[in-house]
Amino acid sequence: MNRRLSLFNVTSLVIGFAFLYLPILLLVVYSFNASRLVTVWGGFSTQWYVALFRNEALMEAAWVTLRIALLSASLATVLGTLAALALTRYGRFFGRTLFTGMVYAPMVMPEVITGLSLLLFFVAIGLDRGFWTITLAHTTLTMCFVTVVVQSRLMTFDRSLEEAAMDLGAPPLRTFFSVTLPLIAPSIVAGFLLAFTLSLDDLVIASFNTGPGATTLPIRIYSQVRLGLSPEVNAASAILIGIVTLGVVTATLLSKRSLLREEPNAH
Amino acid sequence: MEPQRSFPKKLASSLVPAVPYLWLGLFFLVPFLIVFKISLSDPAVSQPPYKPVFEWGDVAGFFQGLDLENFEVLTSDDLYLSATLSSVRIAAISTILLLLVGFPIAYAMARAPERYRSLLVAMIILPFWTSFLIRIYAWIAILKPEGLLNQGLLALGVIGEPLNILNTETAVYIGIVYAYLPFMVLPLYATLEKMDDTLLEAAQDLGSPPWRAFWTITVPLAMPGIIAGSLLCFIPAVGEFVIPDLLGGSETLMIGRQLWSEFFSNRDWPLASAVAILLLIILVVPIVIYRDVESRRVETKA
Repeated sequence: MNRRLSLFNVTSLVIGFAFLYLPILLLVVYSFNASRLVTVWGGFSTQWYVALFRNEALMEAAWVTLRIALLSASLATVLGTLAALALTRYGRFFGRTLFTGMVYAPMVMPEVITGLSLLLFFVAIGLDRGFWTITLAHTTLTMCFVTVVVQSRLMTFDRSLEEAAMDLGAPPLRTFFSVTLPLIAPSIVAGFLLAFTLSLDDLVIASFNTGPGATTLPIRIYSQVRLGLSPEVNAASAILIGIVTLGVVTATLLSKRSLLREEPNAH
Repeated sequence: MEPQRSFPKKLASSLVPAVPYLWLGLFFLVPFLIVFKISLSDPAVSQPPYKPVFEWGDVAGFFQGLDLENFEVLTSDDLYLSATLSSVRIAAISTILLLLVGFPIAYAMARAPERYRSLLVAMIILPFWTSFLIRIYAWIAILKPEGLLNQGLLALGVIGEPLNILNTETAVYIGIVYAYLPFMVLPLYATLEKMDDTLLEAAQDLGSPPWRAFWTITVPLAMPGIIAGSLLCFIPAVGEFVIPDLLGGSETLMIGRQLWSEFFSNRDWPLASAVAILLLIILVVPIVIYRDVESRRVETKA
């Protein structure tokens, strides 16, 4: 089948990607702006990066955010992988409809509802708001994304490999760790990275569940943005964009490699 | 053949669904019930700022303490009705705009040579990985009266004086379309990519003009993607807070913003809970449809 791109198709792609990338590109370019006025170019400078690393409030917030993201993404990866296994390998178990509902709903649920409901829950059980409440909240939200990512891999997965291992006498747990897990590992890594960036990024749920000493980077950035644009925030954003780009490129290369490794077994 | 399994192993294996199930039940379902309960209670100047409506063993008191006062406030004050209507309107218009912007992109991606397709998909996803807050923040610098868009248009001589876009509803539409575009493009692309081109050729051979083939073949076949993408954008857009708060003006009423200000500015937790329930009622039908569409899509993919 010969599919050809018309001029209209190419134009849509170019305009579409320009729309997606130009704002981010401008932000990165202007983070090297010497002028304090964010929209006036005053020459190249790295002074805002220096200022950023001297800004203790921002650095402290970055550290808190990173710890929350690492912890909640790890928990979410375990829970999400278990949930994906439950949805693909356990057939129709009791309350499956409720379970799929609870997996899909948090992903589209407006964040203000999730944030408020978790906060009221934490208050009701008497858990002090802070680092742990944000971590638990993020785990709950992001495990659903991990579930979907891992689930889609499990569904396209060649089950005859598992059956072969079982036929050769491997017990279920051993089969899982030596056959299933290595094969779904790229999707677990992808799920972890997704959970990590979602946690890193979240403003609304963190704002509801934050407490003394647990100001995350998005909360800090948001309060600065409300006061007006600041070149330091541009620098912080540019660094975050850099980290994320690096992470995504690594993840893509990793999954490419594992795909290549799998290829000979595919048929 | 399924080997005979001993009781401890069965127990271990039933932990796989049980652990995430209990987690979501505890941290997703129970919190909802609490929101519902608190929406029926009265505000109080205390910590937490609402009257407890449940003491263990006090069943009679539990029911006495509940009333619909907060919901009466919601229905009697025009603010909440207009915020609801304007949220639904803004989300609906944004979804239509997203379809108009997203469809040509998804269509072109599906028609691109196969070796470029995974790169194109990765390029659509990449911005989604960068901070949402930062991407919205970037638009402030672009849309400001002395911002980059106005500077560019003035320099080109397209406009005589700066356009006032920031802090208007237009800015909110731009923000939503920008932030949610990957959610629209990806489901559309997934259905368009699987489409059989010979159908279009057949239509063409039978003398159908391209626009007619598009409406009678492409659009109906892409319907699952259109529905999934639209719901994936519409539902969170109704409750959006960050975009109307940073890009919209003070007159841009949205229900998510209202909930936020009841909670953080007025510290009226019961009323904020009532607003959350209202928002949930608006969204329950779309969310149920979305869940069905999504679990069917995942299952047919296998």
